[in-house]
Amino acid sequence: MGKMVEIRWHGRGGQGAKTASLLLAEAAFDTGKFIQGFPEYGPERMGAPITAYNRISDEKITIHSNIYEPDYVVVVDETLITSVDVLAGLKEGGAVVINSPKDPEELRPLLKGYEGKIYTVDARTISVEELGRYFPNVPMLGAIVKVTNLMDEDIFVDAMEKSFHHKFATKPQVIEGNMRALKRAMQEVKGL
Amino acid sequence: MNKERKMNITEENTWKEMPKGGCILDAGNAEDFRTGDWRSMKPVWLEEKCKQCMLCWPVCPDTAIPVENGKRKDFDFDHCKGCGICVEVCPFKAIDFVEEG
Amino acid sequence: MAIKDKLSGNEAVAIAMRQIDPDVVAAFPITPSTEVPQYFSQFVANGQVHTEFVAVESEHSAMSACIGAEAAGARTMTATSSQGLALMWEMLYIAASLHLPIVMSVINRALSGPINIHNDHSDSMGARDSGWIQLYCEDNQEAYDNLIQAVRIAEHKDVQLPVMVCFDGFITSHAVENIELIEDEKVKAFVGEYKPGYHLLNKDNPIALGPLDMPAFYFEHKRAQAECMQNAKKVIMEVAQEFEKLTGRKYGFFEEYRMDDAEVAVVVLNSTAGTAKTVVNELRDQGIKAGLIKPRVFRPFPFEEIGKALSGLKAVAVMDKAESFSTAGGPLFAEIRSAMFDYAKDTKAINYIYGLGGRDVRADEIKLVYQDLIDIARTGQVKSTFNYLGIRE
Repeated sequence: MGKMVEIRWHGRGGQGAKTASLLLAEAAFDTGKFIQGFPEYGPERMGAPITAYNRISDEKITIHSNIYEPDYVVVVDETLITSVDVLAGLKEGGAVVINSPKDPEELRPLLKGYEGKIYTVDARTISVEELGRYFPNVPMLGAIVKVTNLMDEDIFVDAMEKSFHHKFATKPQVIEGNMRALKRAMQEVKGL
Repeated sequence: MNKERKMNITEENTWKEMPKGGCILDAGNAEDFRTGDWRSMKPVWLEEKCKQCMLCWPVCPDTAIPVENGKRKDFDFDHCKGCGICVEVCPFKAIDFVEEG
Repeated sequence: MAIKDKLSGNEAVAIAMRQIDPDVVAAFPITPSTEVPQYFSQFVANGQVHTEFVAVESEHSAMSACIGAEAAGARTMTATSSQGLALMWEMLYIAASLHLPIVMSVINRALSGPINIHNDHSDSMGARDSGWIQLYCEDNQEAYDNLIQAVRIAEHKDVQLPVMVCFDGFITSHAVENIELIEDEKVKAFVGEYKPGYHLLNKDNPIALGPLDMPAFYFEHKRAQAECMQNAKKVIMEVAQEFEKLTGRKYGFFEEYRMDDAEVAVVVLNSTAGTAKTVVNELRDQGIKAGLIKPRVFRPFPFEEIGKALSGLKAVAVMDKAESFSTAGGPLFAEIRSAMFDYAKDTKAINYIYGLGGRDVRADEIKLVYQDLIDIARTGQVKSTFNYLGIRE
């Protein structure tokens, strides 16, 4: 069996965690991987905690359950770390990537006894500065790719640009900002 | 007097011989079935009073009033069910309505 | 060259429909239907298909319109789910008994109540006796492949029955996974031009469909309908062989996964079979002779074939994602065990109801089922025939 990487996303309805998981799956697909991207469906309410998942592997993926022992956890909304057990089942040697302006070690006390790796990226500032609005998902996507080293960074950036051209075909003006946000997050992620 | 039919399904036929789903392959095959024995009242055509106005023919719910060369003939009692609509519609009282038997 | 892509199950099925380019799609385009009519209606709006898309006001009307269109002689498709299928119920029987080869995707979801929109097989299992052929799919690839094959199976002159292609709601319908698509022109050639048998819009050969059928004839018509279902077995295999030549992907009545020397096996439908495969691999690595059977064709039921496939095993667990409330196991169990009575009498069989209303099924839980089978194989004793998996006791 080739190594399979499992990622769990925690966000709030409306922040684009589901979209981010699908974009990550698409980018990984473009690098020749087998992929899964799927949300956990529930009552879809703006602001409600939501979960989304990614599996990325060199071989065909047949498992179709949710992810209980992720290699990585992405927290798209910092406030979730005190209200949701975001670290549940996180593998030893895994890591959590949190959207926060703080340094990773400042957050450790909130993660009750967690001893593994923590990375942070200030997705809010990046998003607001580059896009003029708060869409944390693209910076978080950049951060998780940087942290996991899942794929070649250049291929990833190219795949995302292609994806944005497709996704934002009717509003090309946002493509550049999204690309800047993506690249900046890859540079600014803390804890590496 | 049946016309030539693509099928003539009777209770003698096995399941293998029947068109799928009970599909009826012949248009107008109601003609093949004698339904006149449902009748308890019977129309009687009074030819001498009949003006051949043709008001009775279109109202017959079956095809029990045969027409030839633009003129009606006597009832087809193999198919007339004795509903009496033709009796009601006739302006010349040229159709009597009597008990069967 | 196959086209590699990444698609959700619903997207894959909508693309298959675009490639098939049916004459008519009649569907209820919002919940409780699926995204399939929504995606497909975009192809219609873009002019990518010649299909007449009939947006109806309910699922009952959707199936009624499909029946009308197919009876007129049009190649007709639709899609539904859950309560939508339930609302179609009486029309499902009409479609099958009139031998109308409609092809429908069923995105398996629970039936209310309590109100629930998540995956299980209550919907299609409830429709299992409606006279439709039922194909079940593990993932988006199988949903796509089976939909294309379904057209050929349904329309074959020895069959002429409608087909449901069933796959798991959300787990398959909404998850994006890798898929290999077939080129448009190859799909078009594979399904071929529709040449309907007797149909209504044929002025040279007027017919009547759906007449009253009295006791002297109804039974014969039902017997003939059953014969077409029997014929479907041969046709399903022929179409699968042709499909394999086209794509290299092999389909049969069921998939046998690591069954060659298996001593214990699980029988399970759809996406859970994929999860169970990972468990089989793990057990095999530990030297345990575990296997898996994933039925693809549930109607017609491959009675002899599946019975024989289970003969010689020590213990089998049949997993049902639907509760039949018979108090004697789920629908799949009832049929599999009946087949085993003739062909695998010495194999112990147990039932697990699992995953109702979207309860996630973990690999760890499937391991418990295999553990149960291993214990039965060792002791020869069945402690409990009817079981529930993943429930809070």
